[in-house]
Amino acid sequence: MADPSPDRMLHMYRQMQRIRQFEEKVNQLFLEGRMPGTLHLYTGQEACAVGVAEALDEDDWVVGTHRPHGHAIAKGVTLDDMMAELFAKSTGCARGYGGSMHVGDPATGVLPAIAIVGGNIPVASGMALGFKMQKTGQVIACFMGDGALNEGAFHEGVNMAAIWDLPVVFVCENNLYGASTPVDQVTRLEKLSDRAAGYGIPGETVDGMDVLTVHGAAQRAVERARNGDGPTLLECLTYRFVGHSRSDTRSYRSRDEEAEWKARDAIPRLAAHMVERGITTQDEVDAIAAEVAAEIEASIEFAESSPSPAPEDCLKYVFTEEAGQ
Amino acid sequence: MTDQPQATKKMSIAEALREAIREEMQRDERVFCLGEDIGIPGGFGGAFTVTLGLSEEFGHERVLDTPISEAGIAGAAVGAALSGMRPIADVQYADFLFCAMDQLVNQAAKMRYMSGGKVSVPMVMRAPSGATTRAAQHGQSPESFFIHVPGVKVACPSTAYDAKGLLKTAIRCDDPVLFFEHKLLYGSKGMRAEKGALSPEGEVPLEDYTVPFGKAAIRREGTDVTILGKLMTVYRALAAAEDLAEEGISCEVIDPRTLVPFDVETVAQSIRKTEHLVIVDECPRTGGWAGEAAAVLQEAAFGSLDAPIKRVTAPDTPVPFAPVMEKYYIPDEDDVKAAVREVLRWR
Ligand SMILES: Cc1ncc(C[n+]2csc(CCOP(=O)(O)OP(=O)(O)O)c2C)c(N)n1
Ligand SMILES: [Mg+2]
Repeated sequence: MADPSPDRMLHMYRQMQRIRQFEEKVNQLFLEGRMPGTLHLYTGQEACAVGVAEALDEDDWVVGTHRPHGHAIAKGVTLDDMMAELFAKSTGCARGYGGSMHVGDPATGVLPAIAIVGGNIPVASGMALGFKMQKTGQVIACFMGDGALNEGAFHEGVNMAAIWDLPVVFVCENNLYGASTPVDQVTRLEKLSDRAAGYGIPGETVDGMDVLTVHGAAQRAVERARNGDGPTLLECLTYRFVGHSRSDTRSYRSRDEEAEWKARDAIPRLAAHMVERGITTQDEVDAIAAEVAAEIEASIEFAESSPSPAPEDCLKYVFTEEAGQ
Repeated sequence: MTDQPQATKKMSIAEALREAIREEMQRDERVFCLGEDIGIPGGFGGAFTVTLGLSEEFGHERVLDTPISEAGIAGAAVGAALSGMRPIADVQYADFLFCAMDQLVNQAAKMRYMSGGKVSVPMVMRAPSGATTRAAQHGQSPESFFIHVPGVKVACPSTAYDAKGLLKTAIRCDDPVLFFEHKLLYGSKGMRAEKGALSPEGEVPLEDYTVPFGKAAIRREGTDVTILGKLMTVYRALAAAEDLAEEGISCEVIDPRTLVPFDVETVAQSIRKTEHLVIVDECPRTGGWAGEAAAVLQEAAFGSLDAPIKRVTAPDTPVPFAPVMEKYYIPDEDDVKAAVREVLRWR
């Protein structure tokens, strides 16, 4: 499969850098006690979100999970909007109502992330049903972890998408663990994409540490979806480089395994690929990383100087008519 | 109930729950745990460490790690209970009970009745409740949903002593029990510690004892107003009572310990003395436990009430993320104090 255009590859690199650096920064802010809530970081899985998002059009949609920062940034939610939300500010993408686990922005085609494992799957099928009924030509990518495949919602949502040929791409990011539980303890399958056969749809397992591979597979799946040929189950083999959530010593997995996966880091891998092909130079790549770092610093400034919601704002946005309580 | 035993140890609620499970698993081979991330070596011991170390002690067969499948967990508990086992199932956050509603509401709660009393479902479903800056899908207090389901009992321990004693009663109970634990009361340690947690520790007997269902505890005696709270709001009520004492207002604070069955008599008796009632609850207002308790108690003690019963609850909104909004959302001691002053204006 041919590489995407140099511009797109450079953009992918920038997007992966944005996600990586965002996560590293928010982790630090969280540990310093400057950021409230809880965090599920996307560090290590950047190629999945970026490879998929780059296969989508601007008016296509994604819906993420409890680990949604990468999905949202990849689809175009700005770092300012993200950072302010995590800081619980009224300038955040969900005005401080949602926080880390519910980031999203309809203006960029990102539903509020759904932190109920598997809960986003029937919703994605429903969005796709709406696209189909209204003949909009849009597609939705539904992200899920390996753990989500064992929720009943997966079965019901995927089957409906299958029988109605709905324009949805189910992206399973298999990072080998659901919280502390190894994936091989909760399924007999070696390849999670084999589940697709049970619904009569195509399934594919790809290297989720290579953004170009993910992108190629996502393009095929998106094309199928857009052509009215129905959903695909795309399994991306990946790894979270960090703990499950803020409070995880990762004692259930070995440091050797972590090192093995870190050696496959998608970000330097794409950089090396582009430099090798003469698409860019190491200096240019480093300059992108530095630009992103500056962007992140600016987003922190934006977030910290933004106003908090008023306490009683908590009563707003329950219904569309705001008659008050 | 056994007599008050001698040997005790200071414990958090998480530790007391673990003790209850350990002792019951030692006592009864049929008792086992199932849930997500509860027994993985090097793992968490459940979302709030309650089962930490139990899989090492009893083996992974009796501390079963499940897939992320709440309907499956609840259903497996129902089925295992029907087959003669005594499952202790759990969800990581009470919010996920909604994923298991069919099994809990249509199956667990109704098996006994549908069979004309011929089968029973002796299962426990543990669920961490309460808002802790995790926003709308990880901070709900769904206790009230379950008091509306005939056929399940609902327990809400607020102290370490009760946590152990009530959980033992739940495990030995022949009916399904929804067992709600508050995230800010666990006292989980280390990495799993909760910001802003209250984590009350208490002396817990090392021997076997149970706390009966349907018997409220008077947490503080008083004469001017009765405050009824559960889980975290017991402590909000106690803090309010402490402050109000300085103003010369004497509050009686009552913890029902179980919502189903509900000890109407203890509260009614208190009302006969104080003639005023405030109910504090973290569940949203409409259709919530506070409203139900108010209805029951005015039926039982209307003649003694000197003022309308006042509810202090979360508002009818989802749980917001921003800490400033969450603080507004959660009923706190200031809200309780204001409510007490208001009901006493009728004096
Ligand atoms: C219905 C439901 N059950 C349990 C949880 C708690 N929980 C949050 S993330 C998680 C593990 C998810 O694993 P996976 O789907 O593989 O995603 P990953 O965290 O690896 O990205 C669990 C059990 C939840 N959020 N929703
Ligand atoms: Mg996973």
